[in-house]
Amino acid sequence: MSIALPRRRVIPGFALTMGFTLLYLGLVFLIPVGAFLLYTTTMSWETFWNAVTQRQVVASYKLSFGGSLIAATINLAFGALVAWVLVRYRFPGKRLVDALVDLPFALPTAVAGIALVTLYASSGWVGQYLELFGIRVAYTQLGVIVALTYIGLPFVVRTVQPVLEDLEAEWEEASASLGADRFTTVRRVILPALLPALLTGYALAFARALGEYGSVVFISGNLPFRTEITPLLIVAKAEQYDYHGAAAIGTVMLIAAFLMLLVINGLQWWTSRRHG
Amino acid sequence: MTLQIKRLHNTLLPLAAAAALGGALLTGLAGQAIAQERIELLNVSYDPTREFYREYNQVFAEHWQEENDQSVNVRQSHGGSGSQGRAVIDGLDADVVTLALAYDIDAIHDRADQIPADWQSRLPNNSSPYTSTIVLLVREGNPKNIQDWDDLVRDDVEVITPNPKTSGGARWNYLAAWGYALEKYDGDEDEAYEFVRQVYDNVPVLDPAARGATNTFVQRRIGDVFIAWENEAFLSVEQLGQGEYDIIVPSISILAEPPVTVVDANVDRKGTREVAEAYLDFLYTDEAQHLAAKHYYRPSNESILAEYEQLFPELNLFTIDEVFDGWKNAQETHFNDGGVFDRILEEINAG
Amino acid sequence: MTTSTTVLETHDTLAKRWRRATEEPAWLRLTLIGVALTFLALFLVLPLSVVLYGAFEQGLGVWYAAIRDPDAMAAIRLTLLIVAIVVPLNTLFGIAAAWAIAKFEFRGKPLLISLIDMPFAISPVVVGLIFVILFGSQGWLGPWLSSHDLRIIFAVPGIVIVIAFGTLPFIARELIPLMQQQGKEEEEASLTLGASGWKTFWHVTLPNIKWGLIYGIILCNARAMGEFGAVAVVSGRIRGETNTLPLHIEVLYNEYMFTAAFAVSSLLTGLALVTIAIKSLVEWHDERRQRLAAL
Repeated sequence: MSIALPRRRVIPGFALTMGFTLLYLGLVFLIPVGAFLLYTTTMSWETFWNAVTQRQVVASYKLSFGGSLIAATINLAFGALVAWVLVRYRFPGKRLVDALVDLPFALPTAVAGIALVTLYASSGWVGQYLELFGIRVAYTQLGVIVALTYIGLPFVVRTVQPVLEDLEAEWEEASASLGADRFTTVRRVILPALLPALLTGYALAFARALGEYGSVVFISGNLPFRTEITPLLIVAKAEQYDYHGAAAIGTVMLIAAFLMLLVINGLQWWTSRRHG
Repeated sequence: MTLQIKRLHNTLLPLAAAAALGGALLTGLAGQAIAQERIELLNVSYDPTREFYREYNQVFAEHWQEENDQSVNVRQSHGGSGSQGRAVIDGLDADVVTLALAYDIDAIHDRADQIPADWQSRLPNNSSPYTSTIVLLVREGNPKNIQDWDDLVRDDVEVITPNPKTSGGARWNYLAAWGYALEKYDGDEDEAYEFVRQVYDNVPVLDPAARGATNTFVQRRIGDVFIAWENEAFLSVEQLGQGEYDIIVPSISILAEPPVTVVDANVDRKGTREVAEAYLDFLYTDEAQHLAAKHYYRPSNESILAEYEQLFPELNLFTIDEVFDGWKNAQETHFNDGGVFDRILEEINAG
Repeated sequence: MTTSTTVLETHDTLAKRWRRATEEPAWLRLTLIGVALTFLALFLVLPLSVVLYGAFEQGLGVWYAAIRDPDAMAAIRLTLLIVAIVVPLNTLFGIAAAWAIAKFEFRGKPLLISLIDMPFAISPVVVGLIFVILFGSQGWLGPWLSSHDLRIIFAVPGIVIVIAFGTLPFIARELIPLMQQQGKEEEEASLTLGASGWKTFWHVTLPNIKWGLIYGIILCNARAMGEFGAVAVVSGRIRGETNTLPLHIEVLYNEYMFTAAFAVSSLLTGLALVTIAIKSLVEWHDERRQRLAAL
C-alpha cells in the first residue's frame, strides 16, 4: 500500500516557510515592482519606445552594461584568485585580509566614491603615478569600471570561499593518484566543483554593478554619451518631472537585469544538479 | 520544559519583528503629532542656502518670540533645487520653499496645484528677497588669463559647470553664456548656439549638482575656470582656500533670482500660514538683507545693496524675462528633452 | 622511464610527482599571493586609508566634535532604529526562503531565486522611484494616505521600506547555497528519530548554518546602514529628522566639511570593521575548540 503512494516529504515546514517567503517578498518587493510596471503601462507604446531609445539613453546602456560586464569579469578572475589564496595558502595577516574583503559592503557607496576619486584623480595618491603612464582613471570610463569593480569585489570571493573550504581533499588526491598533473586537476576537478559558486558570484557582482549609483557619480565625469551611466540618467529624468521617461528606462533596466539573473541562476541550478 | 521555552522563543521572534515594524510606523506618526503642538516650519531649500538659513532661522525665531511670545522652530531640508521641488510635489510637507529658480516652483503649481499660478507676484522683486549673478572663478593669479565669457571657448581652456538638466543653478550658467553671446552677435541665435556649444565642448566633467562641481574644481583641481553663482564663488574662496582662487566678473551676466513662496496647500492644512508668511516677509527687513549680504547674496533692497558695493561690483545684468521671455519658455526651448542643450550634447559627441 | 629505475628512485619521483599534483610550486604560490594582495591593496586598503586619513587628519578633537554634532547624533539614532527594524525582518525572510528553497524541490525554483536576487540588480534610484510612484502624493496610494494623514515617504516608514527592499537578498543569498550544499540528510535523520520540526531546526539546521547566518546578518546590517541612493529619493532630507548617516555624510561633503564627512564615514567603517573582527574572533575560537576536541 504505502509503496504505491508518492514518496512523502519527511521535512516539514514547506507551507510555512514558502508562505512567509512569498508574503514578505510580495509585500516588500513584488507589489511595489508590479505597481511600478503597471505605471509604465499607462504610457503609450510609442512614448515608451521613444523614451528608451533616445541616443543618449542607448549610449548610457552601453556604458552601464559594458562596464558592469567588465567589472564582474575582473571580479570573477581576481575574486577566484583571492578566495583560492585565502583558503589554500598561509601567509602573515591572512585573517586581516580575509576580514577586509567585506569592506565594499560596509562602506556607504557615496563614501566609497569620494574615497576612490580622491585616490585616482590625477592629484591623488595613485592617480599621479598612473598619470605618468598617460592613464587617466577619474572622470573617464575607466573610472566607472574601477568603481563598479570595487563595489562588486566581495561577491565572488564570498561565494567561492565556503565551497573551496568544503572541497574534499580526497578528490584532488584521487585525481593526482590517477596521474593527472596539477593543471589538469585544477581544470577538471576543482573548477567544475567551483563553477556554481563562481557563476553565482559573477551574477551578483554584475547585478550589483548594473544598479550602482552612489559611488559612480563621484568618479565618473557624468558626460552624456561618454561617461553617463543609466541610473544617473534615470535621476535626471525624474528631476525634470519626467516620471514616465524615468520609469520607462527603469523598466528596461529591470527587465534586462531580471533576464540576466534568470539565465545565470538557471545555469547554476543546472550545473549543481548535474554535479549534485 | 526547555522545549516549551524554546517554542515561546520561536513565536517571540516574529512578534518582535512585527512590534518593531509597528514601532517604526508609530514613531513616524508620533513625530507628526508632537510637531503640531509647537510651531514648526519646514523650509525646503536648495544647497547653497544652508549657511544663510541656519543663521536666519535663529534671527527669525528670536524676532517671532519677541513679537508673539511663541517659540518657532524652523526645520531645514537642502538638496538640488529640482529634486527638492520634486519632493514637495510628491508630498514633502514644506511650509515654505526657497529654491534656485522660479521654474521649480512653477512646477509645484503645474503638477500638484499646491500654490496659485500667480505665486511670484505675491512678494516684492519677483518674490526674490535676495539675488545673485553668474561669475567666473579661476585659479590664483589667473594663469589662463580669463577675462570674460569669450575666453571660455578658447581651445586651451577647460570649463567646469554642472549639468543644466539636473542642476537648477547650472541653468543660470548656461543662460548667462547664451545671453552674452546674443548681446555680442546682435541677437543672432545661430551664433549664440555655436558659442554655447563651444563652451560645453570644453567641459570635461559634468557634475549632476552645483556643489559637486565645486568639489571637482576645488578638491580635484580639474579645469581652469568654474562658472559659479557669485555667492558660491565667494564661499569657495572663503571656505576652501583664501588666496587660491580669483573671482572674475564678466562684462555682462544674468540676474539670478532665487525665489521664495509659501506652499498654500500645506500651510492651510497645518494652520501655519501666519508664521510662514511672516517668515518670508521678514526676509525683506533690513536685518535679513544684511544677513543675506553677509552670506554673499545681493540684497534686493537697493540702498542696502549700495552699502556693499565694494563686495558686489556693478555689472551689466539682464533678466531672464528680458532675454528669454520667462522660465517656462527658456526651459522648453533649451532644457527639455530634444531641446537646444540636447542638440548641443549630440553635436559635441557625434564626432 | 620504465624498467631501469631502482625502487628508491621510483619512490622519490613518485613523491615529487605527488606533491606537484596536489599543490603548486612555491614560486607560483608566492606569485598568486602577491597578485591577490596587490589587487586588494589597490581596491580595499587604499580607499580605507583615505577615509581614515581624512577622518583623523586634524586630530581626535575635531573627529569627536563631528560625531557629537546634534545632526550627526540624530542621524546615528535614525540609522540604528532602521537597522533594528530591517535586520530582524530580513533575517526571518532569509531563513524561511533558504529553508523552502534548499529543502524542497518545486517548479519555478530558479525563478524564485532570481526574484530574491532582483533587489541587488535594481538601481537604488529606481527603488526610490518605485516607492515615490506608489506612496507619493501624486502617486497611487498618495491621496488615500494623505486623507488619513498617514505619512510613508519623507518620513521614517518610507526609509525603512526602501532599505528593507534593498537589503532583502543578503541573508537569503548567504543561506541558500549553504543549505543546498549541506543537503537534508541530517534533518531527515533527526526527524526520523522523532524530533519535531522546530527542534530539528534549532538543534540540527541552525548550528550548521550559524556562520552563514551571522555573516549574512553582518552584511545586511552594514548595507542597511550604508544605503544611499534609494534613501536619498524618499527621505526629504530634513535636517536632524530624516537624514540617515550616509545622507548626513553627503550633507557634510556638500558643506565643504570634508573632515567631518570623513569622520562620520569612519564611524560607519569602524562599526563594520568591529563586526567583522568579532566574526573572525568567534570563528577562530570555534576552530580552535574543534581542533582541541579532535586531539
